[in-house]
Amino acid sequence: MTDPRVAGVGLTHFGSHPARTSRDLFAEAGLAALDDAGVDPADVEGVFYGNFMGEIAEHQGHQGPLMAEAIGVDAPATRYESACASSGAALRQAVQNVRNGEADVLVVGGAERMTNLDTAETTEALAIAADDLYEVRAGLTFPGAYALMAAAYFDEHGGSREDLAEIAVKNHANAVGNEHAQFQREITVEDALDAPMVANPLGLYDACPITDGASAAVLVSESYAAEHDLDAGVAVTGTGQGGDKMALHDREALARTPAASDAADEAFADAGISTGDVDVAEVHDCFTIAEVLALEGMGFFDEGEGISAAADGVTTRDGDLPVNLSGGLKAKGHPVGATGVSQLAELTSILRGDHHNSEHVSDARVGVAHNAGGTVASATVHVLEVQE
Amino acid sequence: MNDGHDEFLDAVESGDGYYLECENGHGSLPPRMVCPHCGDRDLTETALPETGTIDSYTVVHVPTPAFADEAPYVTAVADFGPVRLTGRVLADADAVEIGDEVSASVGGADESRSVVFEPR
Repeated sequence: MTDPRVAGVGLTHFGSHPARTSRDLFAEAGLAALDDAGVDPADVEGVFYGNFMGEIAEHQGHQGPLMAEAIGVDAPATRYESACASSGAALRQAVQNVRNGEADVLVVGGAERMTNLDTAETTEALAIAADDLYEVRAGLTFPGAYALMAAAYFDEHGGSREDLAEIAVKNHANAVGNEHAQFQREITVEDALDAPMVANPLGLYDACPITDGASAAVLVSESYAAEHDLDAGVAVTGTGQGGDKMALHDREALARTPAASDAADEAFADAGISTGDVDVAEVHDCFTIAEVLALEGMGFFDEGEGISAAADGVTTRDGDLPVNLSGGLKAKGHPVGATGVSQLAELTSILRGDHHNSEHVSDARVGVAHNAGGTVASATVHVLEVQE
Repeated sequence: MNDGHDEFLDAVESGDGYYLECENGHGSLPPRMVCPHCGDRDLTETALPETGTIDSYTVVHVPTPAFADEAPYVTAVADFGPVRLTGRVLADADAVEIGDEVSASVGGADESRSVVFEPR
């Protein structure tokens, strides 16, 4: 078993591209990844592709072969759907396929088209990541579900809207200079607190935007990288996935995400690392509270301690554990099916030293990506390490 | 039609609400063939407690199209002992707090029927 190397990565601009089809977006990201890798498309043995709402957004199912075609690859292609963790799940399968020797060269990625729908339609499309019978019909939106988790967190541990605002401020600051990011501008705590409410206690600036975009990466075996003299010094050394009850009301607690804990435990053991080894993390901050739950769930902070990590400077770019140097979902944007592999792309870039925030983490060798589906009924965690 | 769910709502609406209880005392909501907490397959309909307690709530300002005329409204998760329910609270936002006692009922019609909570 050899750990797959990340030979190349590609991203579109994340933002509003309502006239661009997902095949067009994925072609841009996929070709960028192949070019970055210097890999011949004829060598690609499979495409692992994440997408969530293609049927609703553009009346397009069966997107796997469509996306392979879009990047000039003639190989088996499968779409993975796990809500917002769709391409995280696709990545895990691709990693396992390289590891078990089934393939030497794979393209993994994802795309989502969202802004061609109006806000109410998008809200409805995203809501079906929750339990339709018992949650969606009770008026629960996706922001509403995370708001229930935030309110439960505040009730159990304390914390305030100001603490959450500090997370939004941090992630917006990190996005400045990220050419792929939807919002490349700073905000203040006051901006966040003064914004309209979406679902109390979460306001507009606690929520990620509605985003179009695509991501891709080329994974290769060590032997293929060596034979072709590829510059691929970053490896995926750990993978983990966790699951939980679909509906919040069936969980043991509303302010914990055990699926992320299970995924992290598995991925960290797989890589042979512990939380203290991690230099930098990209976590699934679809809402500000989600970043808190992710960091606590993965064991970086005790329960109740993650809420102040941004305000205390621990997770800012010059802190001990820089989190979401890309800008996160919050400022970089969240084209749902593309997000998991976009985290891989950002971390690879950080570890290679060609990221817009690389100067802040110039000695980083271990990165972790956390991708969550729904209210974390599914989660994947991946560990990336500099080899050599 | 949604077998299991529709019958559950009918029962809650008529004041005879129930949940599914496994041999180990775990609660869950229908339709189910297996307890989601322990895998037990022996599930019996057990009377839903008359009163629940709000565990968490939110005021939804940006709704789906089905609730466009309702916003802002309150949706809560309430604890009914062995089982929790999610539902809209039939009260103004500023009148709801975690820990409030509620009873379960049913609101809406046809495809939009769902659990609602009435303050007690």
